[in-house]
Amino acid sequence: MSTTFWIIIAGAVATYLTRVGGHLVISRFENIHPRVEAGLNAVPAAVLTTLVAPAVLGAGPAEWAALIVTALVSLRGGLMAMFLAGTAALILARQFVG
Amino acid sequence: MTAEAISESRAQSDFWDGVRLSMPVVVASAPFAVLFGALAVDNGFSVLEAFLMSAMIFGGASQMVGIELFGQHVAPWLVVLSIFAVNFRHVLYSAGIGRRIAHWPVLQQALGYFVLTDPQYAIAEARAESGRPVGFVWYMGLGLPVYVFWVIESALGAVFGKLIPDTHALGIDFLLPIYFLGLVLGFRKRPLWLPVVAASAAASIIAYKTVGSPWHVSIGAVAGVLLAVILPPHHSGVGKRP
Repeated sequence: MSTTFWIIIAGAVATYLTRVGGHLVISRFENIHPRVEAGLNAVPAAVLTTLVAPAVLGAGPAEWAALIVTALVSLRGGLMAMFLAGTAALILARQFVG
Repeated sequence: MTAEAISESRAQSDFWDGVRLSMPVVVASAPFAVLFGALAVDNGFSVLEAFLMSAMIFGGASQMVGIELFGQHVAPWLVVLSIFAVNFRHVLYSAGIGRRIAHWPVLQQALGYFVLTDPQYAIAEARAESGRPVGFVWYMGLGLPVYVFWVIESALGAVFGKLIPDTHALGIDFLLPIYFLGLVLGFRKRPLWLPVVAASAAASIIAYKTVGSPWHVSIGAVAGVLLAVILPPHHSGVGKRP
């Protein structure tokens, strides 16, 4: 079996644990400590930011333009509108600055 | 009608009620499934592997993160850990929905947790809050179409991904940062969002420049989470329920 297969299987097990684990573990406690809850709330934004920030730093004007458009559309639209606008801006900008 | 026929027709209408609610989710997730397939191939996955990942993990953002890190030749355990980290929010959904489905047989519960995605949680929780029962048949009517379309469209995306000649002109190499930025912005109503994002961004950039990839992911994530833990609870908006 290749490494990729093992990554997929381990990732699937890890994901299933998160989906069943909250019920199995957290339901045993009366309430979660506020600081733990605050930490849990911060997880998605903290992880996802690390995937954007270094990419922004290494990118050029076309990519920056796309990210700015994405951020602007996010004030009004949903994830799909945001993503499509950012992608359109990226494709358009790359025609000019490569 | 016999009692059996009545309960069967009720089960059928429950199922189709769920299917009806699943349709917007199916439509909205379709582009991401196709995109995932195309990007997976672009990052070195085979079509079968892209299909398997969608069928076994069934979590869009975590799959995107997984293939991105895989493409950067990050250590396998860190790819798995990152998938776990991105999906960690499900722990909260699980704790929430557990109260609603605790009366199901264990095998049905096990299956129910497998399809517990963001929209699945949101829609099921809304139904429970409106006072209607969250039954297994209704729940699967909602979850199954999303799952089946997700898996098929991922495989299609992977097949088409192989046919795209110039990925740079189409911007495919930079679609993931755009997608992730969209997800980050989607969480902006959460307490402490800006300080957490700022801390994670700063820490990940510094780590990227010093320690190097892939460590910037874990270091940046830990920085943001630690900040949320350390700040006094009245800033984080938890612990005081109306």
